[in-house]
Amino acid sequence: MFKKLLQHRFLFEELVKRDFKTKYKRTVLGVAWSILSPLSMLLVMRLVFTHFFGLRMAHYTTYLFCGNLVFSFFSESTSQGMASLMSNAGIFTKVNVPKYLFLFSKNVQVFINFGLTLLVFFLFCAFDGITFTWKFILLLYPILGLALFNLGVGLILSALFVFFRDIQYLWTIFVQLLMYMSAIFYSIDSYSTAAQNLFLLNPVYLFIRYFRKIVIDGTIPSAWFHLLMLLNITVVLILGFRMYKKNNHKFLYYV
Amino acid sequence: MSILEVNNVSIRYITGDFKDIGLKEYILRKIKKQFNIIEFWADKDITFSLEKGDMLGIIGTNGAGKSTLLKVVSGIMEPTRGRVKREGTIAALLELGSGFDGALTVRENTYLRGAMLGYTRKFMDETYDSIIDFAELREFEHRPFKQLSSGMKSRLAFSIASLVRPDILILDEVLSVGDGAFKKKSEAKMKEIINNGATTILVSHSISQVREMCSKILWLHKGRQIEFGDDVQGICDRYQEFLDGKRTLE
Repeated sequence: MFKKLLQHRFLFEELVKRDFKTKYKRTVLGVAWSILSPLSMLLVMRLVFTHFFGLRMAHYTTYLFCGNLVFSFFSESTSQGMASLMSNAGIFTKVNVPKYLFLFSKNVQVFINFGLTLLVFFLFCAFDGITFTWKFILLLYPILGLALFNLGVGLILSALFVFFRDIQYLWTIFVQLLMYMSAIFYSIDSYSTAAQNLFLLNPVYLFIRYFRKIVIDGTIPSAWFHLLMLLNITVVLILGFRMYKKNNHKFLYYV
Repeated sequence: MSILEVNNVSIRYITGDFKDIGLKEYILRKIKKQFNIIEFWADKDITFSLEKGDMLGIIGTNGAGKSTLLKVVSGIMEPTRGRVKREGTIAALLELGSGFDGALTVRENTYLRGAMLGYTRKFMDETYDSIIDFAELREFEHRPFKQLSSGMKSRLAFSIASLVRPDILILDEVLSVGDGAFKKKSEAKMKEIINNGATTILVSHSISQVREMCSKILWLHKGRQIEFGDDVQGICDRYQEFLDGKRTLE
């Protein structure tokens, strides 16, 4: 696969460029928009929820931002990735190219957006009086992990989307429900231990929690925690690639 | 040594209820057992082989299975049965106008299309100017692609595609591009590629063009192979008689 990817590098680069240009060509604010939108979300949540949860919690803004940052990366990447295969039907029905390239290029574009928001995040951390330690380097693990996790989910969704167009609406609802279950603006401390463990079943929550541990608590999650994340990533990636491999020549009939 | 061998290739197409239905609808119909899939054979038992330098013309009325066959030969589709054996690189120019992005400029689209056809960036940098000049689109270079007329679009598509140097070249109705002057130019260019020794497969509705250019003919009708051989004039004569209604197929 990597050999194939190398062979199609030029196409891949051109696809990334295209995704970038078509996304921002028509907006006045351009790339800035992609940062403003999570920031405005953060602002609203900060204003609304501080009175409920923020009074007892130190660094509530950073706490919120961690959740928002991770979750919006997940939701953007997967919901935009979902349509990527379908919207390039005009290409893959005419030229023999690896079909996952379209999803990959979309994900690269979303990842760059995320990177920009991440810079703003660090800026906010500094304002919020967070001390930067060497442990911040470990954030690479959840960042790259989430990028891969998104890729896996994107593979599954984009393949499904070719077959069932209403997946789009179901996914929107699912993401919304998942957001409320990801402890983005509340803390899970007041739940019983059993209930707290249930949160660990939510893969996105794991990434959020990792961020908070490093940034706010300054502690490193356990080895088990790392393995659990790795397990999630591996499962979705294997599932996703298998769906693509199995349906590689079937997509054609459904577009 | 054949450069392309197509052995007993059959392709089953499926259409029916599964298209554009949602998951809910799918489950409901599965439960009610109202889920109908219509299968039909777009091509059945097609067998032919080409040597290096051959120029194959595929003829047949609409729905004969020509385009489907080309998709299998180029590797976009897998044959349901049978086997395709290819030697060397293959480039298919199918329906030139599609696959462009209207929002991007002409220049950006040129690079994107070049990448799709498997060119390298270096190659595109070197040949970009000649592509634009050949398509006569220099003044539109930085305009959004959607502002071009359809003739201009196909001119650009042809200009990019005509640079391919594959071992096997597939042309689906692409020879008749643009207005009179450009048509002449594009035909000359096409002949130049063919003369370079590429094995070419040409689908055309123009029998005179096929007669003039091809060295072998494959006649398809409703997915069946009626004739294949190097008796170009003979097969074309019989096809013409069939089109005129003087001949019927059993």
